[in-house]
Order: sequence, then C-alpha cells, then structure tokens
Amino acid sequence: MASFIVLTEEQQRLQREAPPEAVLRCLTSELGCLTRQDGSASLSQGDTTVTAVAYGPAEVRMARERIDRATVEVVYKPKVGLPRPVDRKKENIIRNTLESAIMGSAHPRSAISVIIQETEDLGSNLACCINAACLALLDAAVGLNFMVAAVASAVMEDGKIVTDPEKKVEEKAVAVMTFVFESVDHKLVSVLTYGKFTQEQYKVCRDLCRQTAQSVFAFYRESLEKKLLKTV
Amino acid sequence: MRETPLSNCEKEFILNNIKEHRRLDGRNAYDYRDIRISFGVSLGCCHVEMGKTKVLAQVSCEVGQPKQTRPHDGVLFVNVELSPMASPAFEQGRPSEESVELSRLMERCLKESRCVDLESLCIVSGEKVWHVRVDIHVLNHEGNILDCSSIAAISALAHFKRPDVSVQGEEITIHPLEEKDPVGLSIHHMPLLVSFSFFLQGKYLLVDPSEKEEKVMDGKMVIGMNKHREICTLQVTGQNLLLKDQVLRCSSIAVTKVTKTTELIVQALENDKQARLRGEKHGFAEQISSEKVTSNHWRETQVKVKEEVMSASGGSGAESEDVDSDMEAGSGDSQTDAARLKDVEPNVDIVARGVGAIGEGGASRWLDLPKTTQTSKNKGKLKRSHPEETEVKQEYDEDSEEETQTVLNGVQ
Repeated sequence: MASFIVLTEEQQRLQREAPPEAVLRCLTSELGCLTRQDGSASLSQGDTTVTAVAYGPAEVRMARERIDRATVEVVYKPKVGLPRPVDRKKENIIRNTLESAIMGSAHPRSAISVIIQETEDLGSNLACCINAACLALLDAAVGLNFMVAAVASAVMEDGKIVTDPEKKVEEKAVAVMTFVFESVDHKLVSVLTYGKFTQEQYKVCRDLCRQTAQSVFAFYRESLEKKLLKTV
Repeated sequence: MRETPLSNCEKEFILNNIKEHRRLDGRNAYDYRDIRISFGVSLGCCHVEMGKTKVLAQVSCEVGQPKQTRPHDGVLFVNVELSPMASPAFEQGRPSEESVELSRLMERCLKESRCVDLESLCIVSGEKVWHVRVDIHVLNHEGNILDCSSIAAISALAHFKRPDVSVQGEEITIHPLEEKDPVGLSIHHMPLLVSFSFFLQGKYLLVDPSEKEEKVMDGKMVIGMNKHREICTLQVTGQNLLLKDQVLRCSSIAVTKVTKTTELIVQALENDKQARLRGEKHGFAEQISSEKVTSNHWRETQVKVKEEVMSASGGSGAESEDVDSDMEAGSGDSQTDAARLKDVEPNVDIVARGVGAIGEGGASRWLDLPKTTQTSKNKGKLKRSHPEETEVKQEYDEDSEEETQTVLNGVQ
C-alpha cells in the first residue's frame, strides 16, 4: 500500500525558506599521537579520520631549495593502492593552502613537510585533511601567518544545503564545495567545487561554511589549550 | 631528511645493559610491548599499536584475471609502505631495501603458508577471480615493524568481507553491500611473525627489539608460526652464527608468543563484531580517550545561522564588496611577511632623554598584531585614494582580479 504525505502550499513555502542545516559532525583530535615526528595529529570528523604529521623546518633537497622562503612539501597517502592523479591534485590543493598559512620567509632554504595518511574516508575527506594538517603544524610549532580551517558543504537535488556531509550525502549531492578560511579575518583561502550550482547557492554555502569554520577554530584552540595547560 | 645516527656511547650503553640483562624500557628479554588492536568503520581496516610502534592495514578487493599458472585461484597481494610518515629516515617514492625485505617476508608469511583460501576467491575459472590486496602503512617506527605489521595484516584479512557474487550462466552479478550481506574471507590459520635480535655474536637474545636495539643488534631471526605450532617462515639475517640450541629455544618462545597474540586478535575481532551487532559506535574516533591532555572531543555542534547569512543569500548589493574582501585573503602569500611587519609603525615611548622604554609598553600586543597590520594597510590605501577617488576604485578592481587568479591557481 502506498502512503502519501500531503503538503500544503504554505508548508512548502516554509520548507523552502527554512534555514539551511549547518551541523558539524563530532570532532575528535589527538595531538602528538606519534613519536618520531616533529608534530603529529590525528583528527576525526564524524567517522572520517586522518592522521597528519609535520617535519620542519629541516634540510631541503637541492633541487627544491628556494632562497627566499621555505619549501612546503605535502604528501597525501591514500589508504588503498598507490597514489593516483586525484590524490596528486589533493596534495596540490593542500600544499597551496598551507603555503599561504606558513610563515615561509622566516625559514629560507629549508623544508617544511607535511605527510597526510587517509585512515578512514567517510565524507568531507579534503576538509578533514586540511584541518589535520593545520593541527599537525600547530603541534610542530611551525610559525604560521594564520590558522586554516576547512569546511565542506553539499547542495542536494532539492536545493537543500548540508554542511560537513557524510559520504552517502556527498554521493547523492549535485554539488560539493570545500571552503578553506583563515583565522584572522575569516577570509577565504581556497575553494574546491564539484558539480553544478548557482551563484546564489555558492554564496549561501560560503557564508554557512564560514560560520561553521568558527567552531573548527574554537576546537583548535581548545585542543591546544588542553595540551599546553596540561589540564584534562 | 637524514636520521640522527646512534652515538658510540649510546651503543655501548645499550650493549652493557643487555649484558646485565636489562633493557632501556624496563622489559625482560622475552617480553613483548603492550599490543592494542582496533578496527575502523570500514571492513578490513585494522590499526595495531605495539608500544609506540603503530601500523595501519587495509584490505581491498577487485575482480581481475587469474594468473596463467593457477587459473582456479584468487590472487593475494601484500604491500608494505615505509613512508616519511613513520620516521624521517624513510624516503618518499622509491622503495628502500628495508621495505622490499619487509614486503617479501610478509608476502611469504601470508601467501606460502596458504592461510587464505584462494580457491574460494575464484568466480569463473580461468577468467574472473578476486584480487585481494593488503596495504600496510607504517605510521610510527619505534622498532619491530615486522611483528606489528604481521598482526595488522592477518587481523585485517580476518576482519575483511568481500561483496557477494552470483553466477548465472554467463552473467556475473556483484551484489552491493546493501543488497546482500558481504562474505568474509576463509582464513585457515593465522601465521604471525616473531622476530628475535641477537647481540654480541649471538650470545644474547631479545624479543621485540625497540628501534635503538635494532640499530645495535648483530643479526635477526624471524620465525613465522601459527598457533598449531607449525612453522611457516624462517629467516636469518645479519652477521652472526647461530647454534642449533638457539634456534630451538627461539621456536619454543615463538610458540608462546604466537598463542598469546592469536588469542588477542580473536578477542579484538569478537569485540568489534559484538559492537557492530549491537549497533554501538565503533571505529577509530571512539578509541581515543578524552581523558588525555593531548586529545579533545566535541560532540556534534549545531552552528547557529546568523540572519545576515540568510539575507545575503537574497543577493543584495553589498555582496560584490564581500567578494572583494574575500579574495584579499589570497594575497597573504604574495605579500612577503617582511612587508607586513614594515607596515606596523614602531611604537616606543621615550620617557626621557637617554631612557629606553622598550619592553615597558604595557600589555602585550602580539595577539592583535595581524589585525593592526591590516587596518594600517587599508588606511594607507585610503589616504592615497582621497584626491582621485574614481581611479582608486579601478585599482581595487584590478587588484581583485589578479587575486582571483591566485586563488584559482591555488585550487588547481
């Protein structure tokens, strides 16, 4: 037997005008979870888990040496198989984002390397990678111009916007956008989008993500405070 | 990056300690470090900690062609990755000698012991079989990666489930996980590797060497064994000669170690299965305790959506400005930090002639330094702009366009 839900026009209007969902899945971080590196962090956003480590400033290979600033190296390691072009692209995005965050001119002729290991990809993987990398850099006490926080959002078929989407939501969505913001003036640092969306939707997503990013910054602060003040 | 070598006095210290039957971390000669096995949300994902050595293993499968020589068998492939993640000494890209040795040993342990029933991985004989791949990522190298990886690999294989397949005539259907329950691999037994390190021409023997002990040891013997006391692999490396007694002693130690570890794996698998059945939260995020100083946990946060956001979505005229201000953030890296610092006017109060007042300027202003830079920069621009306003506006536009490009570059 089929069942119907009757929607009045009034209800439909309300549904359309309902505020978009801005939820950040539960966050779990562990700083200094590994011992051999200068800095390490593992971050879970919901079930998406990423481990990132940072070295630096350290010796740089001659070919990559830059005389006026530090070379930022990023390696992204997928969980299954060898790195594919998609992973290289991810590496590039993360590198460019981190390059603007790291105070590179303070350490010329040296390398700051970040290695990111995907542990569990269940939605918003890129955002989680960037956030984990930022935490690892903070743990390694690398000088930063600003912190970065990434938040992903998905536009569903009915125009609904979901922040920090899970894998299943991501797969159904018509567009997925990942925004990275900086911590000083909360301006945009980088954007990555997939799919089709209107300019309006882009703006709404961006503003929603910007607000969600505040929570991520607050989370960074609390995690570091806990570690530095040594209070549980 | 190069690794700091172990100094001679450190080496001597460790060796002297071993002579006196002591180890750096207070263990006895035949003790393992604490082992912790945890599973991820996805099937076949296993994380093993052995003291501070950490390894992540993931099993995956795909359909492919069988080997010509064995048309009825599936294919098992083992890959061990030693990346700079684990230790600064490892290099990215080309596999080092060490990682090749590890991969080979792991492969020998898992494949040649026939622990995984490869015949059950056959779909259509000679045409289609399952290729099972085990990827082992070493996360932290604090010694004895081999034992840790072998525990991770076999636990991940036992945890893994492949999609169900049905064959009707010529047609093969691979059922997605929602449609039919996935099938576990059939594991006949669990071979585990136990490594023994020898010091001073084989006079002293240690189980589960730490990273520093590995640097001092003369040689190593690896025994692969299952809980039925069947030896699956045996490998001796290094420059030392072994007596028959020692090999026998090692194998009897291996028996107890393997029995204990197998119990641990079975227990961990059972715990995970129960947690899944009860629908409890499982996965790595749940394993991190929030009682530690270094960890932090937040429940799901509901972000309050401000009214401005909603009204902005209406597409008001103020939007274009907003975009400009957004793009400015991209200029952060094009502008050197030195230039940024220059913008801040030095603010030193001179109390009296010859009296320096540096460091007495009141409360610290470090925190809002970036903000002041920004405002002073804007002020400078505005001052210049006052006489000829129209021109400046154009300048702004040009600026923003350039910066859009940098942002786009950043994206690709």
